[in-house]
Amino acid sequence: MSNQEPFEPRIVAFLCNWCTYTGADLAGTSRIQYPPNVRIIRLMCSGSVDPTYVLKALLDGADGVLIGGCHPGDCHYQSGNYKARRRIVALKEIVKQAGLDEDRIWLRWISASEGQRFADTVSQMTEALRAKGPNPMRQEWAV
Amino acid sequence: MSEKSKPRIGVYICHCGTNIAATVDVAAVAEYAQSLPGVVKARHYTYMCSEPGQALIKEDARALGLNRVVVASCSPRMHEPTFRGAAQEGGVNPYRTEMANIREQCSWVHHDRDAATAKAKSLVASAVAKATHLDPLEEREVGVQPGAVVIGGGVAGMMAALDVADAGFPVTLVEKSDRLGGHAAGLNRTFPDLEPTAEWLTPLIERVQSHPRVTVLLGAQVEEVTGFVGNFELTVAQGEERQKIGAGAIIIATGYDIFDPRRKPELGYGRYPGVVTTWELEQRVAAGDLTVAGRTPKDVAFVKCVGSRDVQLGNAYCSRVCCMVAAKQAQLVKQLLPEARVNVFYMDVRTFGKRGEEFYDEARRAGVLYRRGNVSEVYARGERLVVRVEDTFLRRTVEHETDLVVLAVGMEPRLDAGAISALLKLPRSADGFFLEAHPKLGPVDTATSGVFLAGCCQAPKDIPDTVAQAKAAASSALIPLLRGTVPIESATAVVDAELCAGCGMCVEVCPYGAPALDPLWGVSRVNAVLCKGCGACAVTCPSKAIRLQHFTPVQILAQVDALVE
Repeated sequence: MSNQEPFEPRIVAFLCNWCTYTGADLAGTSRIQYPPNVRIIRLMCSGSVDPTYVLKALLDGADGVLIGGCHPGDCHYQSGNYKARRRIVALKEIVKQAGLDEDRIWLRWISASEGQRFADTVSQMTEALRAKGPNPMRQEWAV
Repeated sequence: MSEKSKPRIGVYICHCGTNIAATVDVAAVAEYAQSLPGVVKARHYTYMCSEPGQALIKEDARALGLNRVVVASCSPRMHEPTFRGAAQEGGVNPYRTEMANIREQCSWVHHDRDAATAKAKSLVASAVAKATHLDPLEEREVGVQPGAVVIGGGVAGMMAALDVADAGFPVTLVEKSDRLGGHAAGLNRTFPDLEPTAEWLTPLIERVQSHPRVTVLLGAQVEEVTGFVGNFELTVAQGEERQKIGAGAIIIATGYDIFDPRRKPELGYGRYPGVVTTWELEQRVAAGDLTVAGRTPKDVAFVKCVGSRDVQLGNAYCSRVCCMVAAKQAQLVKQLLPEARVNVFYMDVRTFGKRGEEFYDEARRAGVLYRRGNVSEVYARGERLVVRVEDTFLRRTVEHETDLVVLAVGMEPRLDAGAISALLKLPRSADGFFLEAHPKLGPVDTATSGVFLAGCCQAPKDIPDTVAQAKAAASSALIPLLRGTVPIESATAVVDAELCAGCGMCVEVCPYGAPALDPLWGVSRVNAVLCKGCGACAVTCPSKAIRLQHFTPVQILAQVDALVE
C-alpha cells in the first residue's frame, strides 16, 4: 500500500451458513449499502471457526476478523454459537497476553433477518479499524 | 491420485443481467480469474443459471477435462444445487463446485465500481483457492418417515392437512385450543360475497375430523422437535400425556393474534360501551343487535388501521384484511339499519384480491360514506360519542358525532411465536412474523428444510390467500414424502485413525452422538448418518484427527490466504 492512499482496513469474516451469512444475503436483497472492506468466508457454523483461522488471517495481514453466528438459543446445531463464544473469549485473552490487539477480533450474533444489523456491523468495524490504523501484527511476524 | 494433484478449474462469472455487470467489471474479473493457478478456462456470461449458461459449464467440463468448477454469481443459498447439477452432468464431482457470492454480498451492496470489482476478484480468488483443495464426495440419501405434522388447526392448518392426507399420507393436526376453525370460526360472514362462514367452514372441519388419515389432537402443544427433513420427531403434550410423533415434514400454521385496542387508549375501547372491535361487531351483526345502551344507533363510524400501519406501535405493516372487513361490515350495518349514517374513516383504501375493488364500490353504492382522515381520539359527549379526526383532504380537524364506533383491528404475530420460533429454529422477520426462505421464490419454505409455513403466521393475509399458501405448503411437504428419500449431508466429519489419540472430546462435544470410541481400537469413529456437518468436533480435536469434509482447515486457510494475499 502506497503512503498516498488513505488506509482502507481489510476485514475477513467467518460467517455461519444459517444466520449471519443469510443475514448478509438479506442485506444484499434489501440493497443496504455498506463499506466494501469485508471479505466473507462461509462456514456451516460459528462453532467450527478454528482459532487458527482467525490468527492466520491476522498474521497474514488482515486488519480485523469478524465472526458471525446465530443469536444465543438459535444455533442450527443446537450449541455451536456457545462453543464459538467460549473459544473466541479464550482466543482474545491469548492474543492480548501476546501483546497484540484483541479488539481486532469481533464476535457478533446476527440472524438471517438482520440484514441491516450486518451492514451496520461492517460499517462500525470498518470505522473502528480505520481509527486503529493498519494491523501491526503482520510486520512484527514478518521475517 | 493424479486427478486430485492436478486441478483443472473452470471459472464462470455471471452478469445476472445487469444485477452484477452494472457494478462489477465482469470481463476484468474473468481476465483476472484466468491468471489464477489451476484455472484452465475463465468466462463471463449473461445468465449462468440459464440453460445456455449451464451448457457452457457442461461443454467446457467435457471438452477441457475440468475437474473443478467455480461459479461467481448469486448466493450459494440460491443456486448451489443448480451448478452442482451442471458440474455433475459435465462429469465433475458436484462437491468440487465452489461459488463466489458476488451479487448479494458484492454488487448489490456496493456502488463504487472499482471497489466492487476488486472485491469480486478477491472473492473469486478465494473460491478458486478453496476449489483447488476440494475433495470429491458422495451424494447420500436416507429414507423418509411417511407422514406430516401440521401445527395449528385454523383454515391454513386444516387445508394443508387435508391435501397431505388426500395424497395418501397420515397427518397429525396439533391444535392448542379445544376446537378447530381458528379465528375464521369467529367470523359471521366473509367478504367479498357476504357468504355465511359456517356454510364452508363447518363442512371443512367435518371433513378434517372424519378423514381416515388425519389425527386431530386438541388441547395439544408441541414441546420438542428433533431430527431433520424426512425424519423429524416431535414430542406432543396433551394434558398430562406425552407422545412422540415421527414425521417427514412439518407445516406451521399457527396463525396470529388480534390487535388489542386497549394499547391505543385514546380510542376509548374498554371505556365506552359504544366502542367495539370488528370482531365483536361480527357477533352483534349475527345476532341482529346493534343497540348501544338500549338505543339503536343513528350513526356508525368505522376506524381503520387500528394496530396496523402504526410505526409508533412497532406495527409498520398493513394487515391486508381490515379494509375489506370494514367494507363488509358497513354493508351489513346498512342492511340492518337502513336509516343509519355509516362513515368509514380511512388512511387509504386497499382492496386486495379478486372482486375486492367491486366489493368496495358496492359498499359506497349502498350509501356508506368513506372519509379520508386519521382518527386521533374518541370521547363521550352526553349520550353520544365523538370521533375526532384529522381530515387529510381538508387539512383540518373535524369532530364527528356518532353512536357506535367500530375499530378495524389488525393482526399481530402470536405472543407465543417466539416459543415456536425457538422450537423449530425459525427466524422471524422484523415485524415478528415467521420469515419465509425467499420473499419471492420461497414463500412457504423456511430456513429449515422440511419445515413449511402456511397462513397468517408468515404475514397477514385473507382467507383465499391463506388457502393458496396452505395448499402450496402441503405440496412442498409432499415432495420429500412422495420421493421416499431425502439427500443427507455429504460433508460429514471423518477421523484419521492414525492421528486419533482416543481422548473422546469429539464424543462429548457432538450434539448428535455421531462420533463414538471404537472399543477395540480405542479411536473415534463417526457415524456418517448421524453427523450433520456442523464441524464442532473438528475444532475441538486436540490432535486435529477429525476434519469436516468440504470445510477442511487446508481449504479454509487457502481461502484466507487468497483474501489477504
